[in-house]
Amino acid sequence: MQRFILKNKNRITLLSAILIATAYISKWTVGNMEVFTWALIIASVIGALPIAIQAYQALRVKVVSIDVLVTIAVIGAFLIQNYEESAIVTFLFLFGAYLEQRTLNQTRSAIKELTEMAPESALKQMENGEFVEVEVDDVDEGDLLLVKTGAKVPVDGTVFSGEGYINEASITGESLPVGKEKDSKVFAGTILENGTIQIVADRVGEDTTFGRIIELVEEAQDSKSQAERFIDRFSKYYTPAVLILAFVVWFITKDVELAITLLVLGCPGALVIGVPVSNVAGIGNGARHGVLLKGSEVITDFSRVDSMVFDKTGTLTVGNPSVSDTIYYDDDSSEVLGYLASIERESDHPLAKAVLQEIGETAFYDVDNTEVVKGGGIVANVNGHRVTVGNVALMEKETVHLSDRALSDVEQLVKSGNSLVLTSVDGELKVLMGVRDQIRPGVKENLHQLKKLGVKNLVMLSGDNQGTVDVVSRELGLTEAHGNMLPEDKSAYIKKLQSEGQIVAFIGDGVNDSPSLALADIGIAMGSGTDVAIETSDVVLMNSDFSRLPHALGLTKATANNMKQNIIIAVGVVLVLFAGLLFSEWVSMSVGMLVHELSILVVILNGMRLLGFKLRS
Amino acid sequence: MKSVTIQLETLTCPSCIQKIEGALKGLDGVDRDSVKVMFNASKAKANFDEDKVSVEKIEESITKMGYEVKKSKVK
Repeated sequence: MQRFILKNKNRITLLSAILIATAYISKWTVGNMEVFTWALIIASVIGALPIAIQAYQALRVKVVSIDVLVTIAVIGAFLIQNYEESAIVTFLFLFGAYLEQRTLNQTRSAIKELTEMAPESALKQMENGEFVEVEVDDVDEGDLLLVKTGAKVPVDGTVFSGEGYINEASITGESLPVGKEKDSKVFAGTILENGTIQIVADRVGEDTTFGRIIELVEEAQDSKSQAERFIDRFSKYYTPAVLILAFVVWFITKDVELAITLLVLGCPGALVIGVPVSNVAGIGNGARHGVLLKGSEVITDFSRVDSMVFDKTGTLTVGNPSVSDTIYYDDDSSEVLGYLASIERESDHPLAKAVLQEIGETAFYDVDNTEVVKGGGIVANVNGHRVTVGNVALMEKETVHLSDRALSDVEQLVKSGNSLVLTSVDGELKVLMGVRDQIRPGVKENLHQLKKLGVKNLVMLSGDNQGTVDVVSRELGLTEAHGNMLPEDKSAYIKKLQSEGQIVAFIGDGVNDSPSLALADIGIAMGSGTDVAIETSDVVLMNSDFSRLPHALGLTKATANNMKQNIIIAVGVVLVLFAGLLFSEWVSMSVGMLVHELSILVVILNGMRLLGFKLRS
Repeated sequence: MKSVTIQLETLTCPSCIQKIEGALKGLDGVDRDSVKVMFNASKAKANFDEDKVSVEKIEESITKMGYEVKKSKVK
């Protein structure tokens, strides 16, 4: 019976509306007061039923909920035979709850889109060797699964056979399909765009990368900030306090109408819902734009950030050194490049990788008598020539003559932040290459946006030498830049900023910088989605996309403001209503309920604005 | 100790949270500190002792309050 009534709450609301309309029509047209009264009595009773049931259930678990206040108020109105008030108040309360549900679903839509991308079924190989469709919960690690074109990959796994192209946008944000063949890793929630593959399940359910992202976002949308926990505690005592106050007022004045009006006015509706609504809409917007924000505490902290500290390699720069300049000192160079490539092929130095990439395809020669000079380079015999590959110091050691032109080239390249690779053949300089870690495209504009959003200091910390660091810093317009820093130096630096009272965000790739990520007030990881960084940081930029950082900061600022607005609206409405009750005549029980329900809708609609938030450029 | 995650119908009033939390905490065998009802995700999470209380019993305590249980997962 109880369940039946609660299930049909919406129908009851509609019926109550019809009854109230009937009552007023009969009063105003034919002046029939009997129909008027009875229609309102029935509307009050059926409307009060679901509210009373909810109130009773709340009391049973020792909670004084809003339902309790409203039920007592309605019973009071009924007893003093004010059926107009009792009918309208119950209707407004039910109708308000209905609208609340509809609009709340809107604010949650962004996150719902994400969770609905989770795979639901899988084609699993059974004992007889056939593939049968099963629920994704029934897949265990080690199972062999079949994925057909257009289907979602159900688990994190390894390709066992077949090949195809997979769209990994749900994990990395990158929409270009990625080719997969035997032994490639595939991720749950990604879509096989063409081909057919069989995969072995490595991680299932909540342990998959996608499962972890969903869980993280779900936890985030319900995590509570300090202010919110305060409101929760407050409302726990607030509603009983209103109840007691109403009793006291009734006891002293014997004015039932005043007492029950107080009950309705005291409902804390907008206050308890205002902050969670902003929170869920803000985090939802982030999830849509590749920014994972871990909860409302993070939002509040990030919105007040003073200093942002960046790791250089992999964050501000691409992290993949490449050759920026090649200068030849001889007309015929193809043979020399072949010698160079042959030597570099045997080295695992990062610069060697960049050089090889630059040269591309070439003829290789046999290399012998290879000698590695620490902090200098390599000397070896290639094709009967003595070839030296390395820095200026090595050239001097090998008494290679550097012309004035070569020296000025060297100076030029060092100034613009290059590491140098010089190549000489039989004591004669042939080629000079400048290798540089490229600055990520768009980073300069992004940093400028951050500054405009109110970040005071933009600091770069790096393990590289001060010269390279200064070049990058000048190019990007940073406030400060420090080189030669070990991971522990970086965290010490962050500590120093914090001791000066600054709120510090650290942005890094999460692997070697985890102490700094953990120490900073806001740790921001450039995650490719598969990283452990997701776990340790407060904010994750999906697909390592630096350009999402200004959006993230702007969004947290907008969300924090939105929360404040909602608290002000909620508290303001209660104050105005109480003042109206004390100092004027216009506040009645139904007016109070109407204003309350309106204020709830206003805070929800206000929160919803965040879903469409975009950074103005 | 096992843990259960229960997917509920969409929760709309913050006071529902207090009610469901109260109901779960009132069950013998449910770890009171582990009870967590998530408003926006509309989920309830709790650790429980399977010798003292069953998942069915936990679900029932929620449905009795008028909230629909959509799915529950025990780990």
